[in-house]
Amino acid sequence: MRHQPVALWIWIFPRFEVRAAYVSIFYMSVEPLAAEVAVPLILGIVRLKSVAPSTVDAPTVEKETRAEDALDLPWHVVVHNDPVNLMSYVTMVFQRVFGYPRDKAERHMLEVHQKGRSILWSGMREPAELYVQQLHGYLLLATLEKIC
Amino acid sequence: MEIRRRRNQIEISELDPFLAELLRQIPACANPEGAPAAEERIFSLPTNGGEPELCAEWKMYVEPELRRLFQTATQTVGADLEQLNGNEKSLGNRTLRIPTKHADAWLSALNQARLVIAAKNNFTELELSDHLRSPIGSRRDLSLFQVNFYGFLQEFILREMESS
Repeated sequence: MRHQPVALWIWIFPRFEVRAAYVSIFYMSVEPLAAEVAVPLILGIVRLKSVAPSTVDAPTVEKETRAEDALDLPWHVVVHNDPVNLMSYVTMVFQRVFGYPRDKAERHMLEVHQKGRSILWSGMREPAELYVQQLHGYLLLATLEKIC
Repeated sequence: MEIRRRRNQIEISELDPFLAELLRQIPACANPEGAPAAEERIFSLPTNGGEPELCAEWKMYVEPELRRLFQTATQTVGADLEQLNGNEKSLGNRTLRIPTKHADAWLSALNQARLVIAAKNNFTELELSDHLRSPIGSRRDLSLFQVNFYGFLQEFILREMESS
């Protein structure tokens, strides 16, 4: 019989749960985990399996589908030309909102001025919305555009 | 008019009554109410016509926040402008001191005012870039001068913020 003391079982169980959560994120992730992260993670699970008492069920690793991720395509944060806003002001706003260095902020400002628009940032919808909200707070003409 | 940085203040001195009056008008000019074109510009939509659900949510949740933000800025500027309402001779030159910690509020209020005036007058890009325009001869000319004057102040504040 391989009875484990109760305290040890409790010690193992929470660890087990934590590992399972990481696995779930691992499967959901769009980008595969780097080897230095993934390998210890997998080894950790294998080690846990060998230590865990036989009464504990094997972890149920939910393989989440990527359907939702695939639907939530990245969005562009676009700033449009506006003849009223000063070039120096627009540059300052880009530096403040996106944390861009001055030369990058100026490049985008010139693109807005010369081409009528510039894509300032691309990514998931929620942060994109927050960026647009901040840009509107500075009175810049900014929109969200779904990447087709 | 002279404009300079003095410690933690931006000092605008030798303000003649005309320019002082233009400054006094900033909070009123920044208000887009009653001008649909100005409202549309100040509270622009987050998309180019698509995503009606997102636009509706924006109107409901984001717009009131922005309205409060802009109002706070114009109130700060309005309070600073009370310096111009002293008991000095009405035709004498005035001095306005703007605390540098109010610089962001001034940038916002000046920008609001410029955008609202431009939207109300439907100024073209050509008109707005014509800085050598002939003397003020109409209400429209005065509005254009106002936009450029506020722009000049914005530039100065920005330069001071960068250098500090």
